[in-house]
Amino acid sequence: MDIARLRQAGPYEWTLPAAQGEACGEVRLFADAELLRGMDDKVLEQIRNVARLPGLAGAAMTMPDAHWGYGFPIGGVAAFDADAGGVVSAGGVGFDISCGIRCLRTDLMWDELAPQRHHLADSLFREIPAGVGEEGRLRLSSKELDRVMRQGALWAVEQGFGPAEDLPFIEERGNVAGAEPGWVSDLAKKRQLGEMGTLGSGNHYLEVQVVDRILDEEAAAAFGLRLGQVLVSIHCGSRGLGHQIGTDYLLLLAKSAASLGLTLPDRELACAPIRSEVGQHYLGAMNSAINCALANRQILAALTRRVFARYWPGCRIETLFDVSHNTCKVERHRVEDHERTLYVHRKGATRAFGPGHPGLPDAYHAVGQPVIIGGSMGTGSYILAGNPPEQNRAFASASHGAGRAMSRHQALKYWHGRQLVDELAARGILIRTGSLRGAAEEAPGAYKDVDRVAEVTEAAGLARRVAFLRPKICIKG
Amino acid sequence: MAEPETPFAADQPDPARPPPRFGYFDHDADLGITGCGPTPEAAMEAAAEAMFGVMTDLAAVQPEQELEVQFEEADPELALVTWLNLLLAHAQSRRLVLCRFRLHRSGHQWVGMAAGQPWTASLERGVEVKGATLTQLALTRQDGGWQARCVVDV
Repeated sequence: MDIARLRQAGPYEWTLPAAQGEACGEVRLFADAELLRGMDDKVLEQIRNVARLPGLAGAAMTMPDAHWGYGFPIGGVAAFDADAGGVVSAGGVGFDISCGIRCLRTDLMWDELAPQRHHLADSLFREIPAGVGEEGRLRLSSKELDRVMRQGALWAVEQGFGPAEDLPFIEERGNVAGAEPGWVSDLAKKRQLGEMGTLGSGNHYLEVQVVDRILDEEAAAAFGLRLGQVLVSIHCGSRGLGHQIGTDYLLLLAKSAASLGLTLPDRELACAPIRSEVGQHYLGAMNSAINCALANRQILAALTRRVFARYWPGCRIETLFDVSHNTCKVERHRVEDHERTLYVHRKGATRAFGPGHPGLPDAYHAVGQPVIIGGSMGTGSYILAGNPPEQNRAFASASHGAGRAMSRHQALKYWHGRQLVDELAARGILIRTGSLRGAAEEAPGAYKDVDRVAEVTEAAGLARRVAFLRPKICIKG
Repeated sequence: MAEPETPFAADQPDPARPPPRFGYFDHDADLGITGCGPTPEAAMEAAAEAMFGVMTDLAAVQPEQELEVQFEEADPELALVTWLNLLLAHAQSRRLVLCRFRLHRSGHQWVGMAAGQPWTASLERGVEVKGATLTQLALTRQDGGWQARCVVDV
């Protein structure tokens, strides 16, 4: 990105001055100069287009891990006010609705687990359906799927997938309001009947990790983290149901735009006024997909627990937190000294509520929400804690991953799957995958420096680093 | 509406038709696909090959089962996205991977056929395509023929 086009508003904050006469809201980028220079110019183009949508509250923003997406940039955040004619955008949520990370905290230390690591890796790979073309072991009826869409993780718990104690540690307690399965197409429902409890492919993973560094003792204690402890992170989303809802509404909203009086700067920003009929239909369908994703991760967490219990009977595995990073959520935020109800789009960005937020479970009230920055399979991930609004000026949002530094196509020119898996094994990281091509595309070198992304996320006031997790076993689709 | 062509003998490519050409272009997070052919429909067929080629090695897929998709779309570029997304949806819901494609247009009516097989352990697993997007979507004349392109979310 050509940073000469930007104005530096703070050490880690940049704005894009609007061109003369341009009807464009504020654009704000959270990053340092080095991360910005590494971003494609299209990131700027995309977030500028977002800032031209009606009813924008505050600024359209990018997080430090931003990269070129479709419609919104990945790492894009924008909030819209229904009272000001604001919109909901299918392009601002994407196809993988409510893709996110479930982080599980075990009471095992790596030293206890290490002797069984090969068996554990093989068992997880066998029991967790992963990869293109794989179905889950559950086959739902249409009626049951409707319950999934309305109840989310609560449905999964009622079916015996994990304890009710997990629910407070999932966003919206595992069950987002506003789901309306009636606005989900039959094709979307059909796609999901065999997909519950599947991981998917691409950048989705199940990773066994060890707490390698503690950076904030107080927050780590609140999150129940200690050095050497084993965690499990599960990264996936709403599977075929979400993909089809994204597909259905992207086209529908793109085609409806003109009749709704909207001029889209990019067709991919397909949107509708929040108060329009079609806007409400999209929200009802999208919330159904969010619940589906929460149920899916609850099932995968339960499958993980069952595998661990075979090797360590009685081991305790609790949910540290479950965060989504492709959503539009209704939240209250202060903008220009006024408390407003906003529709906050986070496309490849994590919600990061600060201490005292009413949406947090009691255990995290004092320190803020756990924020997970998932890194590559060869480097590591961070757990951070949300900051209060005085520090986080991005509608309680933060980075969600390392962000790609290179395209998948380029990555295949540099790495070969088998070689990469062997190299990682030599470094003590066991990869189990049905797709060596997919592994090569996800090579650690294809991602930005996760340490830098986490440092800048903290320096920009978005969230503060709590712990660094080193990968030990990675199941890839 | 045009009658669908008699189900094609997909294991015996029609020598009268030039081989479809497909390829890929870079995108930061996802992947761009291209398909080229002498007509818009042929380019869209090739784009479908490009898309399913992300998921497996198409040379190993047998055209054992067929499926048909029909839709109405006036805008040829939106028809490209609709075609690709319908193929994805129907393939996934039937747990098929597709390797051969035919598409016909009559006015705003489109009828497509595709053939493939169920996923088996012996097929190479690439990366799942979640959807075809409107990003860098184009159906344009190129080198005397047509090129279809868009970014797919993986």
